[in-house]
Formats: sequence, structure tokens, C-alpha cells
Amino acid sequence: MSTFLGMPTVRPQPSRPPRDPLRWGASFPHAAHETLADGQLRANLRTATRTIRDKRRRVTAELDDWEQLRDAGAAIKASAMARLPDLLTQLEESVTARGGVVHWARDAAEANEVVTGIVREAGAREVVKVKSMATQEIGLNEALAEAGIDAIETDLAERIVQLAGDQPSHILVPAIHRNREEIREIFTHRMGDAPEGLSSEPRELAMAARAHLRARFLRAEVAISGANMAIAETGTVAVVESEGNGRMCLTLPRLLVTVMGIEKVLPTARDLEVFLQLLPRSSTGERMNPYTSMWTGVTPGDGPQEFHLVLLDNGRTRALADELGRQALHCIRCSACLNVCPVYEHTGGHAYGSVYPGPIGAILTPQLLGVGEPGGPAGAHDPTGSLPFASTLCGACFDACPVKIDIPAALVHLRERSLHPPGPHAPSATDVSMRVAARVLSSGRALRWAGRAVALVGRLTGGRAIRWLPWPGSLWTRVRDAPVLPVRSLAAWWARRSLR
Amino acid sequence: MRIAVFATCLVGTVAPRAATATVRLLERLGHTVDMPADQACCGQMHVNTGYGPEAMGVIRNHVRTFAPVLDGRWDAIVAPSGSCVGSIRHQQADVARRNGDDRLARTAEQVSARTYELSELLVDVLGVTDVGAWFPHTVTYHPTCHSLRVLRVGDRPRQLLEAVEGIELRELGEAEQCCGFGGTFSLKNSETSAAMVTDKADEVVATGAEVVAAGDWSCLLNISGALDRRRTGVRAAHLAEILASTRDEPWQGADL
Ligand code: SF4
Repeated sequence: MSTFLGMPTVRPQPSRPPRDPLRWGASFPHAAHETLADGQLRANLRTATRTIRDKRRRVTAELDDWEQLRDAGAAIKASAMARLPDLLTQLEESVTARGGVVHWARDAAEANEVVTGIVREAGAREVVKVKSMATQEIGLNEALAEAGIDAIETDLAERIVQLAGDQPSHILVPAIHRNREEIREIFTHRMGDAPEGLSSEPRELAMAARAHLRARFLRAEVAISGANMAIAETGTVAVVESEGNGRMCLTLPRLLVTVMGIEKVLPTARDLEVFLQLLPRSSTGERMNPYTSMWTGVTPGDGPQEFHLVLLDNGRTRALADELGRQALHCIRCSACLNVCPVYEHTGGHAYGSVYPGPIGAILTPQLLGVGEPGGPAGAHDPTGSLPFASTLCGACFDACPVKIDIPAALVHLRERSLHPPGPHAPSATDVSMRVAARVLSSGRALRWAGRAVALVGRLTGGRAIRWLPWPGSLWTRVRDAPVLPVRSLAAWWARRSLR
Repeated sequence: MRIAVFATCLVGTVAPRAATATVRLLERLGHTVDMPADQACCGQMHVNTGYGPEAMGVIRNHVRTFAPVLDGRWDAIVAPSGSCVGSIRHQQADVARRNGDDRLARTAEQVSARTYELSELLVDVLGVTDVGAWFPHTVTYHPTCHSLRVLRVGDRPRQLLEAVEGIELRELGEAEQCCGFGGTFSLKNSETSAAMVTDKADEVVATGAEVVAAGDWSCLLNISGALDRRRTGVRAAHLAEILASTRDEPWQGADL
């Protein structure tokens, strides 16, 4: 990456490009300490998430069968995951039969190698890209850059993020952490062909991006995309988008490479009926998304004449092995859970240190990286191990999720996995205190004594509020008073009442 | 009816007023109330913090203490907490099963089928919404996440509150948004929790109500702690305290 000499006010977020897009930065509480201090970010997020949340609520409420659709979505995904190997080989056969080439990639390195090889072979030095989480996850753009290939993101927000040298902070609206003024700054200094005197008017910004991108669409030889779904039965791949940039990429170039997580496969074309209703309503709060592109292998004389499908594992098989956690693979990346999450709303996406932020990120990232497995990240202070703890378990995500992923249950399960890695390990201070607490809380007698002790303190403090406690109580009393304690214990009250 | 009260560990130690109010309310309605001495905790804090295996002893004690409901000692069990009843109903048996104790899991399921959150017990089991309470204050109600999204108590607390004489209910903005407590979340992610409870306290203050109420003392501890720190003068009351308050025995805040 070059230095950002031309942008004195806009610094990349995070400041250094991550080596692993799934794991960068500090543990969640530390990273949140930084982002919480950004008042502008919090105000932006508050407005943005609330607007989209209300839109989603309106368009999901207008369907009588919304709940049945959610059930259907969950059931289709569960059954697809139960026979994933079969569906994937069926998909490979269907795609191959229609003139496409299928590649299998175990991890990010393999996928990057395959894609780089294909682009090199084609002799291209520049590729246009459709917004895709899978290619973000494997750091494809950086891998291509190393091979001397310039990958150009064509989704507006994704292009902003790319020009700024940022990591995305939202699945659907990756530049949600940037405001208009910053975008003007980024365009002016990084786009190369921004018009003179560009203002921060949304229309002007969009027109500048349009002209900038159009030139690249027209000269592109190769396009790279992700996939929202792929149909095993027919070999059809689908991309759902709003701006039409995807349609340009998927139709104009000669060669198309699609990188798809293996969990995106659906059994039959009929299943599209369910997901093409669930996805736009849950993500952008629209009844229908503006552009849905579907293609099946290669069609002579129409669209790309060479098509490669890269099937990416990168930890998904590992997630599939976890009976409770595997539902994270049902995710259709609508981002509804981010928009309703009060934690996300306050901390923003960068606190999660992964391309997958928010509630889904907190259950997906740890599984892709094998939290609590031998050699995997573990513990509540590890950047990845801390993610399942980044939730109050309020359940808003579960209610919003179009495929009914029980995110709170998965979070609790992954907390347990994170804290109980296999093999012997020295107990942490928290482990010890929780074991002691378990002893007290397993006995009515012990708890009655605790109640009496509290009442004693209550008498000593005489109904005054406690405004300061030593650590870890200080974590509470920083912004709250501790409760005024009772002067008589519940057990004592009950004993006297029973005597009456 | 003979009703066993599960006070919960938090109410049992630091906020007994929710339990005493529950007892007084149910007795006033003509029921026989018991508070089994061996009760302690449902295990929620351990389970939700990732200490499921460590919670087994806690769950075992809870199930053992309340198992007599299956032999007819009581007709029902009630707890003044949506999140504890949520844990009893949706976590205990699962944890037991995953830790290899199927018998405990089965008993836990049977006991949980007779365990109710206060508003559920009143509206669904006892069939009352007007409990004859008198509470001459302006009140805003925070519905709490687990009552709302785990137990789905819906508008039961509201029905109960609306029937209270003298009460004036004030609508809470963004009511369904979490207050940021989240058990050990408030310590592990204390800064995020602080930011969340600040928003909640702002919304409470904006209603101008004298009292903020909820069906869970854990959330109330969080919200009222933030309100007290800011010297707002807004007081906290558990739903049970409002329903227990009458002209003869009006609410006074802390009664112990
Ligand atoms: S977990 Fe559910 S709500 Fe969140 S992005 Fe995935 S599908 Fe959408």
C-alpha cells in the first residue's frame, strides 16, 4: 500500500492494513474503547441503522406469510447443510456440463492462487469486482495486487472503502463509518480522475463515481464476483445487488471468476422463490432489489465466454462439524442482525476486527478460525475468542434474522468453547471466581449467608448509595451507583413472617 | 393455589423488595405462598458467561429444590424475573443434557413447565389483570429483552399496569432496545455497556416519569444505577412492587 500523503484528514481505518481479514486488531473490549470514543461515528451509525431498521420492519410486516417464509428459509438451509457434499458435487457437475470450470479451494491461500492464476493466464492487469464478502474474507485484492493486478471494486461504498484503504465496517454498507465530507476527500485525493472542485453533494459524488467506474467497466477483460446463491440442480449462480455495477461486471467482460463459500449452494431453482423474497426485504428493506443477475455456465455469444467457479471452504467444514454452531452457515448476509444490534450500533463494525462484524460476525468468525479447538484461538481476552462475549444476549438479532439463526444460543455455546479449550490449562482469575460463585449458588444455606452479609453491609452504609467500588466493581461504578443495599435479609424477613 | 416463590439469587441478596412484594401480592390475592429454603440460583449467569459445565451444581440444586412441585407440594412456581425464568425454561435441560445428565434434564423440563414469570402467572394461570393495586405515580416501563424475546410475555405486564388505580403510564422511547446490562457483559464490555445504559437513561428521563419499572431487577439495577449517578431523582420499582402497592400499604421503595 502506498502512503496517504494526499489525505491529511482521512486516515485509513484501521491504520495498518490487516494481514488476516478475519483477525486483526485488539480484543473486542479494547477495540471498542477506540470506536466508542468516536462521537461522529456513533451518530452516523445511530441514524443509519435506525433508518434501515424501520424500513425493514415496514416491508416485513406487510407480508402475511413472512414467518412461514422465515421457516422455509431455515428449513431449506438446514437440509442443504445436511447434504452439503452431495449438493456440491452436483453443482460441480451442472456447472461443468454448461461449460464452466469448477475449482475447489481449501483455504484463502488456495483460493487466491487459483484466481490469480486464472487472471494471469488471461493476461489481464486490471479486473473489475462485484462486491463480495468471500473475496474480502480471503484478501483477494491484496493477493492480486502482489501479482501486479489491479482489482477495482465497483460497488460505490466498497470503492470508497478501497480507495480509503479501509476495512469494511458493515456487510451491506461497508462505508457506513464514512460521512460525505470524508468521501469527497477520498475521491478527490485517491480516485485519480475526480472532477475539479468536487463538492460533498451526494449527487455529485455519485456522478463522479459513475464516470470513474464506467471507464473501467468498458475496458475490463476480466470480472470477479461472489455469489448470493448457486443452484445445484441447474448450475445457475445468482448475484443480487442494487446499483447495476454487478450487472455490468457480469455481462461485459470476456472472462468471469466467481468465488463462492460452499454454504451458498441451494438444491433447486424453486428455492430461489424463498430467498429472493427474504433477502431484499431483510437487507435493504426493499420489496425487490433492483438487479438480480443469474447465469448458468457459458452461453455462446452472450456474456462472458469463460466462467470459473471457485468453491471456498476456509473453515466452513470446521463450522459444519459443530452441531449448534453450524447454523451460522445458514446466513444469507442480509445484515439485518447488524442493523438491530445495540452493541453494533454503539461500537461500529471495526471493533469486531473481522470482515464479518456484528452478531453474525461474532458467531461466524470464531468458528471459521476454530475457536477453542486444538491450536485455535481461545479465551475471553483473545481478539477472536472475545467476539462471542460482545453481546448482551438481548435477542434482537434472532428476531430479525430471515433464516432464524439462533444467534444468542450460538453465542453462549461459543463462549463455552472459547473458555474450555481441550487439554490442561491454568485457570484464569475469572475461572476461579466463577467456580467459587458456583459453590455459593449451589446451596441455599450459602446464599442465605451471602444475603446476611449483604444486609450487614447495608446496615453499615445505612441506606446510602455506594458510588465507588474497587475493581472489578469499578467497572460498574464508573457510570452507575451501586444499589442501596437492604438492611435486613430476605431470609430474615421470611423467617419472621412465617412466625406470624 | 399453593405457590412457591423463587426469589432468584440477585433479588435474594441485593434486592429483596421484589420478592417481598411478590409474596405480599400473591397472599393478598388469596394464595398460599411458600419460599423454599434451599433455593439459590437458576444457573443463568454461569451458563451465559460460558461456564455451562460449572453450572451443573447450581442447576442441580435448583431442580432438587423445586422438584416437589411434581408431587403436588405446590401448584406453581413463580419468579420475579423474566431472564431467570427464560434460563429455567430454555437452558437448564439443554445444559444438563450436554453434560451427560439426562435424568436431571428430564426433571428440569418438568419443573420448568410449572415455572412462571410473574406477569405470566397472574394473567395466564391466575387469570387476573386487575390485582387491586394503587400506585399514584407516573411510571415508564422498560419491557426487558428476555421477557420480550425469550419468554414472549407480550403485553401482559402492560395489561396489569393499566389496571392499577392512580397510575399514569408514560411511553418509553426505543423501549425494546436493550439497556446494556447483559449480566457479566456489564463488566467484560463495561464501556459498551455504559454507552448503552446512558442511552436508556436518557430515554427514561425524557419521559418525565417519577418511576422506572421493569420485570427484572438486574436490568433495573443497571438503569437506576445510571439514573442515580446522574442524580435524576427517578426511582426504580419492580413490577411486583407496583402491583403489591395498595392504599393501606402504599409503595415506599425499599421496604427492608
Ligand atoms: S445472521 Fe441472519 S440476520 Fe444476520 S446477516 Fe445472516 S441472515 Fe442476515
